[in-house]
Amino acid sequence: MQDLRCTYPGGTEALRGVSFEVKEAELFGFVGPDGAGKTTLIKILAGLVAHEGTIDAAFSPDEVGYIPQRFSLYTDLSVRENVDFFQGLYPRRERSRYPEELLEFIGLARFQDRLAGALSGGMKQKLALVCALVHGPKVLLMDEPTVGVDPVSRREFLSLVFELQKEGLTVVSSTPYMDEAEQFDRVVLLHDGRILLNGTVDELRGSVEGVVMRVYATDPLSTQRRALKLDYIRDAQLFGDRVHVFLHMDPEQACRRLSHDLELPSSEIERAEYSIEDIFLIQTGKQRV
Amino acid sequence: MSELCVDVRGLTRRFGDFVAVDNVDFEIRAGRIFGFLGPNGAGKSTTIRMLLGIVRPSEGQGRVLGYDILKESAQIRARVGYMAQKFSLYEDLTPSENLDFFAGLSGLEGAAWHKRRDLVVEMVKLGDYLTEMTGSLPGGVRQRLALAVTLLHEPELIFLDEPTGNVDPALRRYFWELIVQLSQAGKTVMVTSHYMDEVERCDKICFIHSGKLIGEGSPRELKSNTIKKELLSLSTSRRAEAMQVLKGIKGVENPFPAGTSIRFLFDGNRTELEELLKRERFSSEELEQARPNLEDVFIYLSKEGVA
Repeated sequence: MQDLRCTYPGGTEALRGVSFEVKEAELFGFVGPDGAGKTTLIKILAGLVAHEGTIDAAFSPDEVGYIPQRFSLYTDLSVRENVDFFQGLYPRRERSRYPEELLEFIGLARFQDRLAGALSGGMKQKLALVCALVHGPKVLLMDEPTVGVDPVSRREFLSLVFELQKEGLTVVSSTPYMDEAEQFDRVVLLHDGRILLNGTVDELRGSVEGVVMRVYATDPLSTQRRALKLDYIRDAQLFGDRVHVFLHMDPEQACRRLSHDLELPSSEIERAEYSIEDIFLIQTGKQRV
Repeated sequence: MSELCVDVRGLTRRFGDFVAVDNVDFEIRAGRIFGFLGPNGAGKSTTIRMLLGIVRPSEGQGRVLGYDILKESAQIRARVGYMAQKFSLYEDLTPSENLDFFAGLSGLEGAAWHKRRDLVVEMVKLGDYLTEMTGSLPGGVRQRLALAVTLLHEPELIFLDEPTGNVDPALRRYFWELIVQLSQAGKTVMVTSHYMDEVERCDKICFIHSGKLIGEGSPRELKSNTIKKELLSLSTSRRAEAMQVLKGIKGVENPFPAGTSIRFLFDGNRTELEELLKRERFSSEELEQARPNLEDVFIYLSKEGVA
């Protein structure tokens, strides 16, 4: 995709020049807050929104499966009826998968006769996945598929996506959950319609300087206060019983100095990785490094 | 501060044959942050609605701020703030008009109201958006407005149902700073969330699953006492392969990739596990004991705690 731009009627510039590539059988993610342009990008890829710029696609429009942000299946049809309906929409049937096999794989076979409207949030998303796959697409587009889904269902859903990717499916997904981005092969960090960073999670981590040390403390609040007074640290943040200390220093030296200055055993201090959320906040200037 | 703000016993709600909330007991001390967690459909919202006196319990009893939830729900509602999961303000009014409207409902007026409004607007940083149409505001701004309305009448107890559902990471951190400030000012907060990292800031957490309470304690207690099996983490660059191998090993449960490592529960012989991994060219040095986080606890309780 080259220099994609999209301005909505009314003048909102949703995308301001975005270029990237997605490789075959890759799990590719757009990560960013509300209003960053994630949904617009997914809709452009799905062929739903007019845009400027060029897309060079190795697939045809009917080889795309799409899960929109809002649940958009028929709530007054059963699970099976929804699947059959979506399969019937695609005339080119040679690549399509058997609904039975898919429902079994996704774990919905037992619920075939239930009305889609009566499914839980996690199961609705699974049904959306079946309906997006039943015509045998090469590319799966998902817009925030795990929002509002509890951690257990979220893991189940992602595990299914990993399986599909192993079979050769290319997956392009968006998510506001920064931790979820760590599961992607490659990530585009979007902010205000522009790309902030593009790369593997390791490359993203390499883009920020300094280290994070994780300190486990019995009195985290006072440990954080003491840490904030040290002149060699950039920031200290509280995460429950842990304090994350951001500094520019060799990790071993940091561990020794923190252990001494905070009066904590060095076994309670370890090097941590920057989270995608840290990286996002650093890159948007909302966090000191 | 040890006064009980919420105290419920045997709370049950049935809808036909379906038991949404099943014999639930818990208490919340004044000034604390109480996290109420569970999968979708576990009974969280129904419980909150019973505390508010909107849904009548089928069985059980309880007091909120000293008032009986069965008989004195009007007194309760005047003293609590409730931010629902779905945005429920007027989209065709401006934020300023929404605030005026809800202030009117709580009987706030005159100079006292203006002072309070300025304070709340400042607190949620809404100043730049007061005269735009609410329906056209970004999700994060609407969420801030919803919080402002919830706090208008200075409630002593605040229910926040997934307040950070779909907001920007910076705003998410800010919301939690506000929650901590409210608690430091003596207010009690009951909050639900699917983000396990943020609920670390709660003083106490209850897990609900299929209507039943299955875990209770401070984040520290939950992390150290809940998981009865070994929690291990394997660092590897061959993630997909490692997942496959782990799934085939007896005693390995719920392997799941977490960044560059895979976390899993293990109930078996550690030496045998290391042996099997070595056969697949995974070094045992990359296998280590992981410290449980609240997500591990949540997954464990949801899968094991129900029995």
